[in-house]
Amino acid sequence: MTISRRRFLLSTAVIGGGLLIGYAATRPSRHRVANETLAHNGQRFLTTWLRIDPDNRVTVYVPHSEMGQGVHTSLAMMAADELDADWELVTAEQAPATDLFANGDLITGFASEFGLPSFLQPILAASSVKISQLVNLQTTGGSSSVRFTGEHGMRNAGAAAREMLIACAADRWGVPAEQCHTQLSHVHHNASGRSLAYGELAAAAAELEPPENPRLKQPQEFTIMGKAMSRADIPPKVNGSAQYGIDAYSDDMLFAAIRIAPVFGARLVSVDASEALGRRGVQRVIELEDSVAVVADNYWRAKEALKLVKAEFEQTENDHVSSADIWAQFDSDLAAGDGKKDKEVGDTKTAMSEASDIIEASYRVPYLAHAPMEPMNCTVHFHDGRADVWTSTQDNLGIRGRVASVGGLDENDVMMHPVYLGGGFGRRLPFNWNMIDHATLIAKQFEVPVKTIFSREDDMQQDYYRPAVASNFRASFDTNGNVSAWENRFTGPIQTPGAAHIPYAIGNQSIRVVDSETHVPIAAWRSVDHSQQTFFTESFIDEVAHRAGRNPYQFRLELLSEHPRHRRVLEVAAEGAGYGQNLPDGHAMGIAVQESFGSIVAEIAEVSIDENGQPRVHRVTCAIDCGRAVNPDTVEQQVESGILFGLSAALYGEITIENGAVVQANFPDYNSVRMAQTPEIQIHIIESGEALGGLGEPATPPIAAAVANAAYILTGQRIRELPFKNHDLSRSTPVAQR
Amino acid sequence: MANFRVNGVEYRLDVEPEMPLLWVLRDELGLTGTKFGCGIAACGACTVHVNGSSTRSCVTPVQAVEGADITTIEGLAEAVNGTAPDAPALTRVQQAWIDYQVPQCGYCQSGMVMAVTDLLNNNPNPSDADIDRSLSNICRCGSTPRVRKAIRSLVSA
Ligand code: FES
Ligand code: FES
Repeated sequence: MTISRRRFLLSTAVIGGGLLIGYAATRPSRHRVANETLAHNGQRFLTTWLRIDPDNRVTVYVPHSEMGQGVHTSLAMMAADELDADWELVTAEQAPATDLFANGDLITGFASEFGLPSFLQPILAASSVKISQLVNLQTTGGSSSVRFTGEHGMRNAGAAAREMLIACAADRWGVPAEQCHTQLSHVHHNASGRSLAYGELAAAAAELEPPENPRLKQPQEFTIMGKAMSRADIPPKVNGSAQYGIDAYSDDMLFAAIRIAPVFGARLVSVDASEALGRRGVQRVIELEDSVAVVADNYWRAKEALKLVKAEFEQTENDHVSSADIWAQFDSDLAAGDGKKDKEVGDTKTAMSEASDIIEASYRVPYLAHAPMEPMNCTVHFHDGRADVWTSTQDNLGIRGRVASVGGLDENDVMMHPVYLGGGFGRRLPFNWNMIDHATLIAKQFEVPVKTIFSREDDMQQDYYRPAVASNFRASFDTNGNVSAWENRFTGPIQTPGAAHIPYAIGNQSIRVVDSETHVPIAAWRSVDHSQQTFFTESFIDEVAHRAGRNPYQFRLELLSEHPRHRRVLEVAAEGAGYGQNLPDGHAMGIAVQESFGSIVAEIAEVSIDENGQPRVHRVTCAIDCGRAVNPDTVEQQVESGILFGLSAALYGEITIENGAVVQANFPDYNSVRMAQTPEIQIHIIESGEALGGLGEPATPPIAAAVANAAYILTGQRIRELPFKNHDLSRSTPVAQR
Repeated sequence: MANFRVNGVEYRLDVEPEMPLLWVLRDELGLTGTKFGCGIAACGACTVHVNGSSTRSCVTPVQAVEGADITTIEGLAEAVNGTAPDAPALTRVQQAWIDYQVPQCGYCQSGMVMAVTDLLNNNPNPSDADIDRSLSNICRCGSTPRVRKAIRSLVSA
C-alpha cells in the first residue's frame, strides 16, 4: 500500500516556547496559507503531533486510545526514532479530542487498502454517515494505529522536526546543514565540536517552513524501533492508579443503573416505580425510549432499587425469535439463492461436473459478545451549558460529537477526559453508542456528574454482536486427484472484504455471500469477519487434505506455491512446534494459517482430549509475519492476547437468542480461558521487511481451526459448529496420522 | 454503623449492612483501584484482602467485614513493605508485573495482583498445578501466560 506523500501537509506552531509540529492529511498547498484556511472552517485534519519543550522534553500526542495494545508507546517510538530523540526524554500523551487531532491517516490508510475501514462498513450501510464525517473520528481499530498513524504520521512528524532543528542549528553556527548530525536530542557539528539541545532550538525551529518530504530512515538506521521497550502505561496498572472510564469520581457524583428492553428495539410502555422511589439514596427514576433507569447516590443502591421497578416493554414481531429460527432462516436463505459474488475464478460449475470426487460440509458459528473486562459505562456532567465526559472509548472524537448531538450542545462545549480502556475488542468502536446515549440523556437531568454503568448482564445482553454465520462448502477433485474447485456460500453481511478468500492455488473458485438479516445488532469483533471465515476455510481445507489422503501441512504448502510469505510462516511454525515429531500419547497437532490486516499468521495447536470430552490445548506455536516489529515485546503480547481471545471464543463463546432476547448473562455462561486452560505459547516473529501489518487482531482468527483440526486427528470427529463446549469428543476413533 | 479499617485507615460508616464491600470502597470511599467486573464472584476483578486473605468484594456484604483489616491495591505496598520512608513503593509482585510487562488493558490486574500476593503468602513455592487451582481470575486480554512467567520468577528467586 502506498499513500502519496504529496497528499500530506505539515504545520507547526509555537506553544509555551516550544515547537509543536503536526502532520496533516490534506491537499497539497502552501503550508501557512492552507493552515489558516483550514483552521477557519475547522477542517484541520492534523493527525499527529509532537512537542519539544525548552527543557528538551518531547511529548508525543497519540490520537488513539490505549486499551492494552501498547499503542501509546509504539507510536511514540516511531516519532522519537525519526526525530533522533533521547528515549528517556520522551513521553506519550493521549491527544485531546478536538478536530485538530482527528485521525485522518487511518481512514486514508484503509481507503487505499480496502476501500473503506472495514469495521465501519456495517454502520455506513445502515446510516447516513458520510466519508467526510469519518475523517473526523479519532478511531482505534482495525489494527491500524501503527500501520497508518505511525508509518505515515508519526514518522514523518519526527523526521520533519529533525530536519527543522538541524536547519536552525546550522543557521546559528553558520555552517552547512549537511555537516550537522543528530543524536539523543541534540544537533552536533563535529568539525567544530559544537552541539545544541533540541530544546534550545525548538522555538526558532517553529518559525521555519516544514519540509514537505522529510527523509525517513532506513530500517538499519533505527535506534528505537525494533527494540523491546517497556510500556509507559504499565506502572499505573499495577498499583491501582490507572484511571479507567468507570473510575471517574467526585463526592457529589450520582450513579445510574439501567434496564433496557430485553428484545432489541422494543420500546418502554409503562413503569411502576413506587417501591423503588422510597429507597435510601434513590434520587429519581428516569424513563427513556427503550429503558428505565434508577439514579442514586451509590451504584449498588441504584441497582437494588431498579430490581423493584416494574417495567413493561412493548411487544415486537421478534418476541418469539430463537437461535433455532435464525439458523433455519440462514439455511433456507442459503438454499434459496446463489447470493452475490464475493470472488469468482475460473468455472466452478464445469469443474464440479467433471469431478472424480466432491466433498461437502456445512459450518456455523454463533453470535459472540465482546465482554471487555471493564463493563460499559459513561459519566457525563452537564453544567453551565457545557458537558464533561469520562468514558472508555475507541473513539473520543466521535463520542464528543455524539454526546453533543444527544445532549443538545455544540461539540466545542463537550470536553472529553482521556481515560484508559478496560478492554475494547470492538465493543468501544464508534456507532456502538447505546451506552453513550443512555448516559447522556440520564445525566442531562442533573447538574452533578452522573455515572451510568451497564452491569455485566446489561453489557452481555445489550452488545453489538459478532455476527453468527452459516457457510456451505463444496470442493472437487479432478481425475488426477488434484483439487479442482472450491465453492463457498455464506451468510452476510461482509464486514471485511476478502476475509472469505483463500490463498490456495485452486483454479476454480466460487465464493458468494447471501444476505440474511436478523434483529440482532451486529458490529466488529476482534478480527471482524476473519474470526468466522478462518475457522471455516482453514477447517475445510483440512477436510479436503484428509479426503485426498494427504498430510494437511504438506498439502497446504503445495497449494501455497504463489504465497511465499504464507509458506514461510507455516514452515517456521512447524519447525518451532516440532511438527511431525513424536508427541505424547493422545496428543495431536492442528494447523491453520491466515492473512488479515496485513499480517500473516500460522498457528499450530498441540491438543489432547480431556475427561469431559473437551479439547485441552497444551501448546500453541505461532509464526507471524507483520513486516517489521516496532516494539517486539508488544508484538508478542498482542499475539498471546489474540490467541487466548480466539481460544476462549472457540471453547466457550456463544450468544444465543430465546424469545427475541439474549440468553447468556454473565461469565459463568460466557466463559473465558483462565490460568488452568492457558496453553504454553511460543511466538516467532518474522521480519520480512514488507509493509507493516496489524497486530491487535491477526492472531485471533487461526486458533479455532487449529484446535478443531487437531481434535479431528484425535477423534475422527470434525467440529463444524462452535463452541467446543457443545460437543462431546470423548467417544471417538482417532484418524491415522499421515 | 459499619466499622473496619481500609489500608490502615479507620472507617465508621452509615451504610446498609448488606451493601457489598466493593461498592462501599468504590462509591462511598472513592477507592476506585478495586474493579467491578461481574458482580457475582465469577471474575476476581474485585479481589481485596480481608485480614490478609483474598476476598471477592462484590459478594462480600460490609457486615461480613465488621472490625476487619482490609487492604486494597492502593494500600498493598504499604501493607507489605511497611511505611518507613525508605520502604519500596512497589511489592515484589508489582515489580514482577512491570518486569514481565504483564498488564494489557490492566483492568483485571488489581484483582490479579491481590490474588497472586495471597497465593504466594500461603504457598511460597507453588507448582503450575497450584497456580492453576488457586488463580481463577478472568483476564479478557489474555495476560495469563505472563502472569505465570511473573509468578515463576518470584518462586525461583
Ligand atoms: S466483580 Fe467480583 S468477582 Fe467479578
Ligand atoms: S489485562 Fe485486560 S483484562 Fe486483564
